[in-house]
Amino acid sequence: MTLRNPIGRARGVGSAKEGVGHHWSTVVTAVALVPLSLWFVISLIGLHGADYAAFKAWLSGPFNATMFVLTILVVVYHAQLGVQMVVEDYVHGKGIKFATLVGIKLGAAFLAVFMTVSVLKVAVGV
Amino acid sequence: MVEFALPANSRVQPGKTYKAAGAKNVKVFKIYRYDPDSGANPRLDSYEIDLDHCGPMVLDALLKIKNEIDSTLTFRRSCREGICGSCAMNIDGTNTLACLKPIEEIKGDAKIYPLPHMPVVKDLIPDLTVPYAQLASIQPWMQTQSPPPPDGERLQSPEEREKLDGLWECILCFCCQTSCPSYWWNGEKYLGPSILLQAARWIHDTRDEFTGERLDALEDPFKLYRCHTIMNCTKTCPKGLNPAKAIGSIKEKLLERRS
Repeated sequence: MTLRNPIGRARGVGSAKEGVGHHWSTVVTAVALVPLSLWFVISLIGLHGADYAAFKAWLSGPFNATMFVLTILVVVYHAQLGVQMVVEDYVHGKGIKFATLVGIKLGAAFLAVFMTVSVLKVAVGV
Repeated sequence: MVEFALPANSRVQPGKTYKAAGAKNVKVFKIYRYDPDSGANPRLDSYEIDLDHCGPMVLDALLKIKNEIDSTLTFRRSCREGICGSCAMNIDGTNTLACLKPIEEIKGDAKIYPLPHMPVVKDLIPDLTVPYAQLASIQPWMQTQSPPPPDGERLQSPEEREKLDGLWECILCFCCQTSCPSYWWNGEKYLGPSILLQAARWIHDTRDEFTGERLDALEDPFKLYRCHTIMNCTKTCPKGLNPAKAIGSIKEKLLERRS
């Protein structure tokens, strides 16, 4: 129940003067994911039945390692942007929303670094 | 979290049935009824209508019910020709204008509810206070710094005028506004498709000199960017307009001014 004037409710706290960056990043990462996903699926099919040594040899090539790391980073960034949208849409409690948004960013950063390090470990490790 | 289920006192109960005695061509209209004074839950009343003695549109059936069967049925209507936007309601699962919806297009019983996800004043009348305030908040009138020409109107070329096609025709019935899930979940912060279409109408008007200020006011994660291109707005618009495209054009403008 609020007795606030409707125009006050509609004007709210005004514009945050941002949102273009998030929108554009979502679009650009989505476009980037088209070739990256294609490369990933084709590579997976090509590696079907390969043992660890064959996979390591494949990942040691600079192109494949670069593409793998790029795929990881773009997927994680795109997912983080998307999940942030979902949380903003559906989670309305101030505290829980703030905590979830921070958690998503930190979780995404951890995932991106963890997966990149894992790939590099296989690509350049012994 | 958003609430996905209706609160206990808003759940719709079965209602009364009104028979059409002696009628041969019968159509059943199941209509949402809510009387705030009764304190009771909303109910779904069934009215049998003799289509042989009724006009072709859903609004004709509603008027027949109000005039001949149950005068307590409450709904908005005015022009009965798709221009005023008063009789917007949810018919057969889609928001549309009762005056433009032919009864014969509805298979089976005709289910009629008020526009979704708005507070209900009574029966088929939603409270549209917030969307109207949101409309006022985007200042839907021409704003200029230059004084008006002393000898005539502010001019527009035919090409400039064409940019407003698909925007000026909106009658503010709020069918699109209340069909949008983003508006359901964040109705106070997201402006919604009909208000953003109105905003686009002024942003693309070459006579307006406050485009920058208008874009500034919309550049916000909630006011504009809650639109996820779900397209319910475009699918439901009884005037055949494309609010999703209009919103896309605002996003384009915001991008353009950055590059």
